[in-house]
Amino acid sequence: MKLIILNDYDQVGEWAAKYIRNKIINFNPGPDRFFILGLPTGGTPLGCYKKLIEFYKKGEISFKYVKTFNMDEYVGIPRNHPESYHSFMWNNLFKHIDIKSENTHILDGNAANLVEECDSFEEKIKAAGGIDLFVGGIGPDGHIAFNEPGSSLLSRTRVKTLAQDTILANARFFDGDLSKVPTMALTVGVATVMDAREVMILITGVHKAFALYKAIEEGVNHMWTVSAFQQHPQTVFVCDEDATLELRVKTVKYFRGMMHVHNKLVDPLPPK
Amino acid sequence: MPTNKSVSKAPITQFVNCRILRDHKLQREDLWVREGRILDPEKLFFDEEGYADQRVDCEGLIIAPGFIDVQINGGYGIDFSQATSNVRGGVALVAKKILEHGVTSFLPTLVTSPPNIYHKVGTTSTPVLSTCPFQICKPHPPGLALQAGCHLEGPFISLEKKGAHPEQYLRSFQSGGMLDLIETYGTLDNVAMVTLAPELPNSEKVVRELAQRGITVSLGHSVANLSQAEEAVQNGASFITHLFNAMLPFHHRDPGIVGLLTSDQVPQDRTVFYGMIADGIHTNSAALRIAHRAHPTGLVLVTDAITAMGLPPGRHTLGQQVIEIQGLHAYVAGTKTLSGSIATMDMCVRHFKQASGCSVEQALEAASLHPAQLLGITRCKGTLDYGADADLVLLDDAINVRATYIAGQEVWRK
Repeated sequence: MKLIILNDYDQVGEWAAKYIRNKIINFNPGPDRFFILGLPTGGTPLGCYKKLIEFYKKGEISFKYVKTFNMDEYVGIPRNHPESYHSFMWNNLFKHIDIKSENTHILDGNAANLVEECDSFEEKIKAAGGIDLFVGGIGPDGHIAFNEPGSSLLSRTRVKTLAQDTILANARFFDGDLSKVPTMALTVGVATVMDAREVMILITGVHKAFALYKAIEEGVNHMWTVSAFQQHPQTVFVCDEDATLELRVKTVKYFRGMMHVHNKLVDPLPPK
Repeated sequence: MPTNKSVSKAPITQFVNCRILRDHKLQREDLWVREGRILDPEKLFFDEEGYADQRVDCEGLIIAPGFIDVQINGGYGIDFSQATSNVRGGVALVAKKILEHGVTSFLPTLVTSPPNIYHKVGTTSTPVLSTCPFQICKPHPPGLALQAGCHLEGPFISLEKKGAHPEQYLRSFQSGGMLDLIETYGTLDNVAMVTLAPELPNSEKVVRELAQRGITVSLGHSVANLSQAEEAVQNGASFITHLFNAMLPFHHRDPGIVGLLTSDQVPQDRTVFYGMIADGIHTNSAALRIAHRAHPTGLVLVTDAITAMGLPPGRHTLGQQVIEIQGLHAYVAGTKTLSGSIATMDMCVRHFKQASGCSVEQALEAASLHPAQLLGITRCKGTLDYGADADLVLLDDAINVRATYIAGQEVWRK
């Protein structure tokens, strides 16, 4: 893995956005050659999305030939609910860029048959040729998407019941009323993300530090599902100083020492 | 039009690079319009896989809902209370000119007149919108502000507070109420608002009946005390015509109609709105501020503009009168007697903001949202909510009108 250690949240968002930008430009997408991007929601990727919008507005990047697949969506709340992941993606990314709706894919938490919805999502990823870069975050309990502790590391897109911790953490978005928080969600599986050609995980804040430690310095374990990516050939973890607080000093020093090499990945590309 | 055609094939316009008034705040958001209505872009994106056919660059301007003037007696030489040979043409002329002031809907106002005037003039307005939530709003005539019904100011008003209204045509409810109304006005079909004095005997039945028919009842030109005014509100009255003018002044032991602004007898689910002529002349700025601070959500800006509005400075003969226009003042020629207001709505919005120190949002809402709430037409007017009519006014930060749109089509540009 590459562990990119930056000073703060804003730097993480910027680095990640530049990485995505460079990946897309180097891929050189076109009408028969789409770049397939997997995307997360939540507080962590917001800074990254803001930067991507900036790059689009400056003309550095276009999403015309980019297809996106989101990781998850709540079951049972209306699609236009302010807390649905459809609303999140529309307000924080899609409405600001030049992506076409038919190229975006978000699981439908109101589908008549949820299992069919999940299976068809997997089919759509396959039909698109697989994911080039899957961006994700990490929960305080080490989960990737809604693959809560105990989720099989070979899991695929499916319906999941949310852990109590997750429901409590989400209550703040539902007026603090636990009865309003969705208890189920549709989510990509650990193996679905592992199938991507490259994975980038963003981790910021001290409350994620223990999960990061479990994910990269301990063994592969279904209680900390992000640990599965130790077995992926191309993973980038992008984190801030606070998120490294539970890591060994040795680990941090090693990767900080590599920053001058890793930063080349985000240098502005020469114009064609 | 680029959509999967599941809902509509009509072209879609996206106003970009603008700040829109929504949820009481100016927000940096694009505004989407299709078939004359504000469109929900998220629904368009996910349901229809659609995007805009055409983008309008607003160059950083503010987009507010079109202004609504509920008290305007005429302008540009036209007097709504005159039975000329071409009443329709006269109203249409004003309806076109006031687009320059950002007004997209208005109530042509008739002052106290003899019955034959009401019978002739009143029928030429287009039908009323006041039951808007339950019926589809009538379409605009193209390129003109919408006449959303008449405002009949009088003749059932107080003799003492007649102001400039002709005394010989004042009336009372001597036949018991509604009969007097029908006899005087002819029909109530095109009436959106009636101003009356609630202290007149038999007024209670009239107020109740009018309110039940969805006609806004306004108190004005009256010497009512606070209890009489409160009773009228409980019977259905919801507006005060040009607060402070033509009513008893505020008194600390009987605030009169002015007391409605803070009355505790107003039913919980209702708001009493009040019209203010914020031209800097008809109401002292301190009085304007007192009213605004006492009851900010009820303030409705009106022009109460007369025939002379819009005419250039100098002398003009209007009907039987010679008026002299000097700046924002219109005097009876040769005197210092004010003959009415000639301020335009955008001037009123600017003056109101400057005099009250309120925010841009509050100033704009006083001319759009509040009159729409008063008339019960917020489903399609006075807001930029999804589904509302796309009657828009584009303004710069100094609240100067730069362009006006009706149903998403540009009808005036500076």
